[in-house]
This record gives sequence, C-alpha cells and structure tokens, in this order.
Amino acid sequence: MTSFEQRSIISGVGQSAIGRRLGRSGLDLTIDAALSAIADAGLTVADIDGLATYPGAGVGAGAGFSGPGSPDVQDALRLRLNWHSGGLEGPAQLQAVVNAVLAVGAGLARHVLVYRTVTEATEQGSGGRQGIGLGGGGGGVPRMGGSMQWTIPFRAYSAANWLAMNAQRHFHEFGTTPEQLAMIAINARRNAALNPKAIYRDPMTLEDYFASRIVTTPFRLFDCDAPVDGSTAVIVSAAEHAPAVDHSVARVEAVGTALRGRPSWDQFDDMTTMGARDAAAALWTRTDLKPADVDVVELYDGFSFLSMCWLEALGFCGVGESGPFIEGGHRIALDGELPLNTHGGQLSAGRLHGFGFIHEAVLQLRGEAGDRQVASGPEVAAVANGGGPVAGALLLSRL
Amino acid sequence: MSTVSFRVQPALDDSNRFFWTSGEDGRLRFLRCQDCGYWLHPPVPRCPTCGSRDVAPEAVSGRGEIWSYTVNHQNWDGGEVPYAIVLVAFPEQEGLRLTSNLVGCEPDEARIGMPVQVRFEQHDQVWFPVFEPA
Repeated sequence: MTSFEQRSIISGVGQSAIGRRLGRSGLDLTIDAALSAIADAGLTVADIDGLATYPGAGVGAGAGFSGPGSPDVQDALRLRLNWHSGGLEGPAQLQAVVNAVLAVGAGLARHVLVYRTVTEATEQGSGGRQGIGLGGGGGGVPRMGGSMQWTIPFRAYSAANWLAMNAQRHFHEFGTTPEQLAMIAINARRNAALNPKAIYRDPMTLEDYFASRIVTTPFRLFDCDAPVDGSTAVIVSAAEHAPAVDHSVARVEAVGTALRGRPSWDQFDDMTTMGARDAAAALWTRTDLKPADVDVVELYDGFSFLSMCWLEALGFCGVGESGPFIEGGHRIALDGELPLNTHGGQLSAGRLHGFGFIHEAVLQLRGEAGDRQVASGPEVAAVANGGGPVAGALLLSRL
Repeated sequence: MSTVSFRVQPALDDSNRFFWTSGEDGRLRFLRCQDCGYWLHPPVPRCPTCGSRDVAPEAVSGRGEIWSYTVNHQNWDGGEVPYAIVLVAFPEQEGLRLTSNLVGCEPDEARIGMPVQVRFEQHDQVWFPVFEPA
C-alpha cells in the first residue's frame, strides 16, 4: 500500500536544553531546537519553506503552555515560507506533524520546520501544578463557558481528575491493579536513568511509587508528568531528500487522525478506550504493516494510564489486557519484546508535550539513542500523542 | 461532606440557563428531542440522531448510578480535601452522563454501581446538581 505519508521523511531532529526552570523565553529555546534540527537534516535556514507548530501563540491552557507562534519564529529566523500553520484543534499535538506531512505530500513545501515549545516550569513558578479555570476571571467568582462548564464547577479542575475516572472504570471492568499501573512510571524512570537529558533519573522502586502522594485516585504523583521548559523541533522533508542526509532517516509510513466518538471526557461511549481507539484504528488502515512489525513504541504518558490505552488501541494487546501485558515490566523494558517510552516518557524525561516521543522514536530508528538505544536495531516505531478526547498516532520506519 | 463554600460558576447563556437553574424546583433537566425522544447533553440546537430542531428541557428522575469516580486529594482551590468527583449515569438513556460530586457520605465510600440521587446546592442564581447515596 502506498500513501501520501510515504512522500515524507523526518530528515532531522533537534532539541533545546530541557530543564525544570531554565528562565529562558520560549522563542529563545525554539531557535536552539530549530537550528539544531535544520543542521541535523543537512539543511540551512534558507532551505526551510514550511513551518508548523502546535498549538500556536496565546492559547489559554495554562501558563507556559503555548510557546511562540509561527509568525514569531518566521520573523526570528527570517524564513521565506511557502506555507505555515499553527493551531490547537486536530489529532492532538501530532497535528503539526500531520499538517507538515500533508503540505509536503501536496507539494506545497519541501522542508517543513515543525516545533513544540513549553515553558511551563518557569511560568508556573513555585506555585505547583495549576488547575484549569481558577484565577482567570479578572476578580470575583470565575465563570466557565464551553465544555469546561461541565467539569470545573464540580472541582474537577485538571485532566488528572477527568482521566482518573477513565482509569477507575478500566480497573472496574478488567481488574486492572495499581501494581500494574505503576509499571508505566517505573519503566519510564528506569529508561530515564540512561537519558542524560531526563528530568528525574533516580531509581524508582514499586515501594517508592506507592510512597508517593495520591493526587486523585487511582493516580499518584508519579502517574502525572513533570512540567518542564524545552523545545523540540523536527524537519519534515520530501522523501527525495533522504540520500542527501548523512545519516539514516525516519520515513513516515502512516498517520492516524480519526475522530469518531464524542470528543468529551465524560460523554465518550467507551470510557476505557477514548479517542486513542479511533486514531489507532485509522492508522492501521493506511499501511500494510501490522502491530507485530513494530519494534519500539513511544506512547503518550501525560498521565500513566494513557500509555496503557494506547497499547490496547494500537493492538499490541487486547482491549482490557494492558494490565497483564505490562505486569512486572519485562515486556516493555529496553530489552523486552516491546520497549516503551525509551527516553523516560513525559513522566520522567519531562512534559515536552507529545514531541519528546517523536524525537525519541527518530533517534531509536537511527540507532543514535546512546545508552538507552534498543539493542536489536529497531526498524519500525509507533508514536502516539494525546489519547483522551483527541488523539493522534504516527508510524515511522527506518530509511 | 458538607456543602462547599466555593464553586466556579458556569457562564449562563440562552443554551444552558435551563440546566443550571433547573434545581430551583428540585428537578434535574436535560434537553430532549420532542420528535424521537433522544436526550441531548451537553445542549445543542438540533437532535444529532433524527435531525429535529424541536428540542426542549425535560425532567429526569434524578436517580442514577456511579459510572466511575475519583477521590481528589490535590488542593486545587483552597477548599476542603479529599472530595469525590463522580460520573453519574442515568437510566433514561445509555451514555447519558454527568460529572458531579458525591455528597452525604465519605468520599472513599464512592463505588462504581452505587445508586445515587440528585440534590441541589445553590450558589447565587445557580443550582449545582450533586449526588448523594440513594
């Protein structure tokens, strides 16, 4: 099967410094990541003719969430663009990559700089993780419209609360246990110990996990990702560029962008699958590859449970079977049959918000992941972003 | 658990006012298609099932069961913790659900399948539907 996706490769990747409180602007970090990715792709700034980001400037989803908008980056690098795009709506954070692949596939651009930048650690300061909807009302009692009116007034301020109810339902329907859930966080920490850019690298035992405080049952602190500052950039290029790059590249095999269930935390038909189900199903209709062909998986873990949803949705185990699948953590370890979140995920490597997984998948396919490189030499990687009401999936292969 | 002193308020408009003021007479209401009987939540101007624009608020029994829940321990708003956030499923229609709070018992008494009944907490001109064990 050939698809428009296969006209694109990820020719280069780059990352800024990543830290808990860098005190640098989002634009500053973005320029570092962009220049690094452009050089990695064997290009110069003058070669970039497309630009895409998620979510774009000024999206009010918490301090430090947005990063600079595409016009700011265009101006800062004096890019000469044939096409540019930014926005919050789409198949989760992956939408920026999908848009770039569409633009390249349609011939609108040849080399697209795609980036995601967060400064949540610096901008949230020492105040701790913010809930949504508090303090934004300009004095007096805040008032909430849109979809948030159905959760925030009931003190369900965070996606942690909303998704915890999905996890609880999964526990109820399938007998999933806290010890099984814990393996997502423990596996992430084990891999982060081998990643010099990870935020949390100290070993974590099951005992350590259960000693962490409860945020919202069944989620503990270690089930929630760690806000950081950092920028990740990837270059989506026309496949013809591959021979000009002095390293192997990741070919885009397929994207999963479907939205079929109700895009709502509490009205989705099946609480145990959510949007991951539809995005993953769509992904497999666009390729001859099968789940058994995948060598490494980088699956969104903004909250630990989402990685379990993705394992099921993508067909690496049956619906409801992710608990037993990850039990003990051997199967998902670096030397296991399906290495998961090899850089430490967002739980331990930091909340680069989707793009950390893409970056890591490309490094693994190129064999450049250092101490955490999967030894068997992975040829196919699956990447997933989001997984709640909206979700996106990406299949990459080594070229 | 006592009535909480502070809740973020919904921004009332013509589409949601019926819902947030419904509790004034002690009844919980959702929008319902007057042609095919489908319950619509959140409110929309057209029935997504049959296409009818004849939709109007109707009362439900106010009884349901806990479809899922979480006991929140994080202090987001300076109020009392822990508290139980519940997703209540209503017998009137499969998949008709409402996120709310469990009151009238300890938060850790929440269980999936627990029968609950609506009651209302008034703050200014808004009646928040919360649920207690039935």
